[in-house]
Amino acid sequence: MAEAILEVRDLVKHYPLTRGILFKKHVGAVKAVDGVDVELFAGETLGIVGESGCGKSTLAKMLVHLERPTAGTIRYKGEDITTLSGRALKAVRRNIQMVFQDPYTSLNPRMTVGDIVGEPYEIHPEVAPKGSRRQKVQELLDVVGLNPEYINRYPHQFSGGQRQRIGIARGLALRPEVIVADEPVSALDVSVQAQVINLLDKLQSEFSLSYVFIAHDLSIVRHISDRVGVMYLGRIVEIGRDAEIYDHPTHPYTQALLSAVPVPDPQAREHRERIILTGDVPSPTNIPSGCRFRTRCWKAQERCAREVPLLAVPPHLESVEGPARHPSACHFAEEKHVVPSGPAAGDGGTGGAKSL
Amino acid sequence: MPEPRQNPHFDDPAHSAVAATGAGGAADLAMAEGETLEKAPGGPDGSGPADKPRSLWSDAWRDLRRNPVFIVSALVILFLIVISLWPSLIASGNPQSCDLAKAQQGSQPGHPFGFNGQGCDVYTRTVYGARASVTVGVCATVGVALLGSVLGGLAGFFGGASDAVLSRLTDVFFGIPVVLGGLVLLSVITSSTVWPVVGFMVLLGWPQISRIARGSVITAKQNDYVQAARALGASSSRMLLRHIAPNAVAPVIVVATIALGTYISLEATLSFLGVGLKPPTVSWGIDISSASPYIRNAPHMLLWPAGALAITVLAFIMLGDAVRDALDPKLR
Amino acid sequence: MPATSYEAVMSAEPDTPGRLLDVRDLHVEFRTRDGVARAVNGVNYTVDAGETLAVLGESGSGKSVTAQAVMGILDMPPGRITGGEILFRGQDLLTMREDERRKIRGAGMAMIFQDALSSLNPVLSVGDQLGEMFVVHQGLSRKDAKARAVELMDRVRIPAAKERVGQYPHQFSGGMRQRIMIAMALSLEPDLIIADEPTTALDVTVQAQVMDLLAELQRELDMGLILITHDLGVVADVADKIAVMYAGRIVETAPVHDIYSAPAHPYTKGLLESIPRLDQKGQELYAIKGLPPNLMHIPPGCAFNPRCPMAQDVCRTDVPPLYEVNEQRGSACHFWEAAIHG
Repeated sequence: MAEAILEVRDLVKHYPLTRGILFKKHVGAVKAVDGVDVELFAGETLGIVGESGCGKSTLAKMLVHLERPTAGTIRYKGEDITTLSGRALKAVRRNIQMVFQDPYTSLNPRMTVGDIVGEPYEIHPEVAPKGSRRQKVQELLDVVGLNPEYINRYPHQFSGGQRQRIGIARGLALRPEVIVADEPVSALDVSVQAQVINLLDKLQSEFSLSYVFIAHDLSIVRHISDRVGVMYLGRIVEIGRDAEIYDHPTHPYTQALLSAVPVPDPQAREHRERIILTGDVPSPTNIPSGCRFRTRCWKAQERCAREVPLLAVPPHLESVEGPARHPSACHFAEEKHVVPSGPAAGDGGTGGAKSL
Repeated sequence: MPEPRQNPHFDDPAHSAVAATGAGGAADLAMAEGETLEKAPGGPDGSGPADKPRSLWSDAWRDLRRNPVFIVSALVILFLIVISLWPSLIASGNPQSCDLAKAQQGSQPGHPFGFNGQGCDVYTRTVYGARASVTVGVCATVGVALLGSVLGGLAGFFGGASDAVLSRLTDVFFGIPVVLGGLVLLSVITSSTVWPVVGFMVLLGWPQISRIARGSVITAKQNDYVQAARALGASSSRMLLRHIAPNAVAPVIVVATIALGTYISLEATLSFLGVGLKPPTVSWGIDISSASPYIRNAPHMLLWPAGALAITVLAFIMLGDAVRDALDPKLR
Repeated sequence: MPATSYEAVMSAEPDTPGRLLDVRDLHVEFRTRDGVARAVNGVNYTVDAGETLAVLGESGSGKSVTAQAVMGILDMPPGRITGGEILFRGQDLLTMREDERRKIRGAGMAMIFQDALSSLNPVLSVGDQLGEMFVVHQGLSRKDAKARAVELMDRVRIPAAKERVGQYPHQFSGGMRQRIMIAMALSLEPDLIIADEPTTALDVTVQAQVMDLLAELQRELDMGLILITHDLGVVADVADKIAVMYAGRIVETAPVHDIYSAPAHPYTKGLLESIPRLDQKGQELYAIKGLPPNLMHIPPGCAFNPRCPMAQDVCRTDVPPLYEVNEQRGSACHFWEAAIHG
């Protein structure tokens, strides 16, 4: 197996809850990320899906060193970068960059596009000598599909999709190896989302990038990812290749999640089985004992309250040959087919028209 | 029934219209000319002379120029600044040359505002009084704005213990009653320059700006572009100066402009109470104070300096209002 | 003299039996600092009792503005209705007095918003807010109103309604808050519900719960439902018919099955092809080129022409009418026949 470019071990981020202004008293912690193990291989896209509050954004922030982990390690090419600071951290940052969710707040409204995309060079002057920067910025704009002449314009003169391209250009400026994209298209209109996804795809092969792609939209994650991790309440509950997760999910949460996704195919609504979960996600300050999904799980038994299921290939699936054999943190993991694979929904064949 | 709401990300035409002001108009043209997706997926057409790059400041300036409130107040302020620099431009007399024989006399040729209790020309003194007011107002505001925004900005940016200490300190200074504080602190000073008054105002005024600056720095700090800069490896000073300060300064400017008017009136108040500026400095506050016992017999002695003071304060407050309207992003 | 009082409207028999809402040639514009934004430019749609109409569109397509005009909650100014009729049970709401219209809101039609947290008053308990409707509209006592509030909370399946009736909005989760919004909209048993992106802010598992609830209540009460959304998946799940909006116009309208199998407008087609699939890993996505138009400078001719792969000269000059594809379908494309077959 290829060398992991990023290796995350037992990563934890707890935000302490305190009372009082002067004499702070600990009254608990928000366990945003609570023990994540994952690795990213060179050239691949790792998708992370989960609902709001599952800790996926906190994970992203720790990967790019915007948050310091409470515990655990992040290794970049074997080197532990978790505790780096100063010059060494700055050097690592060149290789791991981020694309943000909201194109309206991720660009400084007081700076021109040229200043925004060129800022990485000002911070890391060794990457590009002063004279060449303007040209480099224009090249970057060209690469992300923007007219290089826009270099003197301000962000508010651009649409959401174009702003996101500017953000991507900034992320690319230092020629990083890893890009962590946190919901990069969820603020965009449907017709513009596809443009940006295609751009990310194109850039990946052009610059041999590895992506960590974080999103709540399962269809988009499948489209872009080679492997997918499903997060629930601060942990990855199931991980595998895209077909393993989408076509052969074994964790009940993944199954419920996938079955709940509205599919743009009205045929599907009659014959589709939906797993409707009861209740809400528990608070991350008060995580259930044992399996954290058990409070909403229809399979939950006594054992689930006692024993924390580990993220590994379940013992009873060890012997199975095929895609069901992938890590799943469930004592009763079992394959269930939940994604309808009907006729192509969106390609507007002539066959449908005949029925009119 | 719940109130209707507008969601910025979805279907709010006002928002779309705003978002598209710079980009869209030209975008349509660009697209109509058949540019391909990869080169120009819509967007500002580089060649259009009508579509100059616009920043918040140039937008605000465009707004201000059309605002009659701004024009009137700016003209008044400009006039005040000119006469406080060169009062002899419109007043040929000497504010200190007085003739007791003419004390309390009313308007007469060459002396349109009459004479005060000491027999000094009220017109000349009112013109010369502008200097003290404007000097105190401007110096106090600059001092307050600098001290307040630096302290508040640092506290907001670094947070933690420094923030806690500063916030409590702000509360302490807010607790000091301004007039009482002035009576106590300034009564021991005998200097007749403006500096003790300015210093006192800075001492009591900075917490107001510091709170505003702290709040707007905290708001600006949460923006993703600051996180993006940090992810690039930017230093604290770079984040603060390049990303946060330019985006946090607008509310400080607005509050400072409005505060300028109140400092001028505070100077008059302190002078009236005898602890502000002291003769021989010419100040509206001093003149109002010395005229107040004679308000029934010779109201003109009080009305002219008081009127000038009121107009000045109003002009600065209106200017601040106009600037706030222009800088407030919610209105655009 | 048209019947324009609330009572007259509620007892009126529309020309078409069961027809609740008939929007005809509606025009809305917004006056902004930078010019006039033409948000709605001649929208027509109808909703019958028990029917779900999905209005599909992107930002700025005019889908929410149309709904706000129907509800009578458009911000005016800057908004202005410059033409058209909104017939509710056959009576034009636009010519009605404001106090009569106010009575129709709530009892005749109600609206569910996207963001339940900001639509609920944070300092009143949910019971008070739900009961308010009964106190104001039906003059019930506080105590009776509270009992009705508990009933409503039961109806939208909020567990332990009796205990939770006194709690405040922030004590409920997002999904529960949206249920409270639904309960509030249902409180006076309106004939028509307008749901503006009701599940967009919710997680996918909660979204499914809420959509199911809404669909079930609609069947039970035989209400008309207008579902405003940008999500093609949600539409496919619940709608009977669809109106696709672009730049303030309806560009295609059809029963739900037809539109997915054979879209008759290049925009609809482009949208359907540009969304990634859940059931397979795709190659490069089809992307509609360009951006939605600026509402202050809508392109002449067909508003979609700069982005359309099929555009011809006629598309740049002539605004396409809504051509009749068949009895139930319409497409505002000069070349709808080519679109439907290609």
